[in-house]
Amino acid sequence: MRAAGAQGMAETEFAVVGGGPAGLSAALEATRLGVRVLVIDENEQPGGQLFKQIHKFFGSKQHRAGVRGIDIGTKLLAEVEALGVTVWLNSVVWGLFEGPTLGVIRERKNVRVKAPKVLLATGAMENALAFPGWTLPGVMGAGAIQTLVNVHRVLPGKRVLMVGSGNVGLIVSYQLLQAGAEVVGLVEALPTVGGYGVHASKLRRQGVPIWTRRTIKAAVGDGRVEKAITVGLDEKWNEVPGSEEELAVDVICLALGLTPLSELAWMAGCEFEWIPQLGGQVPVHDRDMESTVKGIYVAGDVSGIEEASTAMEEGKLAGIAVAESLGKVSAEEAREKKAAIWAGLAELRGGPFGEGRRQAKEPVQVTAG
Amino acid sequence: MRVRRHPILGEAGDSRQRAVQIEVDGDAVDALEGEPIATALLAAGKVVFRYTRKLGEPRGVFCAIGRCTDCMMVVDGVPNVRTCVTPVKAGMRIQTQHGLGELSRASSGGAGHGGD
Repeated sequence: MRAAGAQGMAETEFAVVGGGPAGLSAALEATRLGVRVLVIDENEQPGGQLFKQIHKFFGSKQHRAGVRGIDIGTKLLAEVEALGVTVWLNSVVWGLFEGPTLGVIRERKNVRVKAPKVLLATGAMENALAFPGWTLPGVMGAGAIQTLVNVHRVLPGKRVLMVGSGNVGLIVSYQLLQAGAEVVGLVEALPTVGGYGVHASKLRRQGVPIWTRRTIKAAVGDGRVEKAITVGLDEKWNEVPGSEEELAVDVICLALGLTPLSELAWMAGCEFEWIPQLGGQVPVHDRDMESTVKGIYVAGDVSGIEEASTAMEEGKLAGIAVAESLGKVSAEEAREKKAAIWAGLAELRGGPFGEGRRQAKEPVQVTAG
Repeated sequence: MRVRRHPILGEAGDSRQRAVQIEVDGDAVDALEGEPIATALLAAGKVVFRYTRKLGEPRGVFCAIGRCTDCMMVVDGVPNVRTCVTPVKAGMRIQTQHGLGELSRASSGGAGHGGD
């Protein structure tokens, strides 16, 4: 990293946007192979959303299954520190231009960062749902609840209705119970529970009901959520008349999936593909995680919504590929390293849930060339 | 409401975070130094952070990671500060924001809260 101070210009070999699991893994891998790396993150602390993940991860032992996200985050930060990777915190990347050059706001100044290789590891944002009363204080995202409760140890309310029974809805419901809140139940518009059976069972054992074919109709309250009205749905997704039920709650939590945070990839002119299983518009990328714009890589949720475990592997792939294209590692060594990671990814993407993601990922990766 | 005991996170009482006071709409509120302003307010039972410009509707915390801007308030005279990603400092003055807010003369130097 070379900073030219007053001009607000900086240069590096590999700029990583986002210091979450994907970005940090890429930075570590590339640094170990001799690449000069700069990680840029808009938050006070790196680690992305790992520090709110206090549950144990799935997967094989080699992918740190059975380890909590919070512990993975701590370990990644220790490695970043040990290797002396440069990390700019409280720094917002607002633009990506030809060069590639990044526009960064850092310490209230505009800084241009030039780097031949850029990784977008910007993650995702939560999906919302509009219904009458959805803007009332007390309606919030599941990720928000995780941040408040698991990181900052503050409960935003006492009685919660969860909307959505995917893994996030199930896990966050359980985490609310762990923190001492009451979860009155979960509504799921689909006919079946979305997430893993093991998570649903943990809730059922605590007596938390999961109502399928039911959704939120309205949030009601004077200045804040006081009640939730739910409604049953028929096979055609129409409301069943007279099936409304009223629940006294002060929090309505929305766990409705994630959308890739891909603004910078759009700005760079990357090609996209619409893949609903991966969260919507996903930047097309090859097996090196390089997008259709040369030198711009993507990894983690921005390249298709999956999990922290896959994000870390994708980050490593990008890190190795960048080192290879900068001539820091031989093609043969890079090939070996990448093959090992792909074998691990195949394992992570196995099973009834992972298989769908693997198949979904294929068209994005085949299209890129 | 603060979570004192937790089966995974253990007992509260992290000594790295100093107990401080902030001023919220004129009242003294207990907070932890370095925690987001938003969590200090939620812990104190405050859920309405601002009122919208046109309809005067209440807004509070929605995303808690600095993206949605629902939780913006006036902090030390600077409006539109995202309280979910702005750390508490002792003695901070926090005000419920009405509409877009106005930059007060006293704070025109910019307090550096990164709330833009």
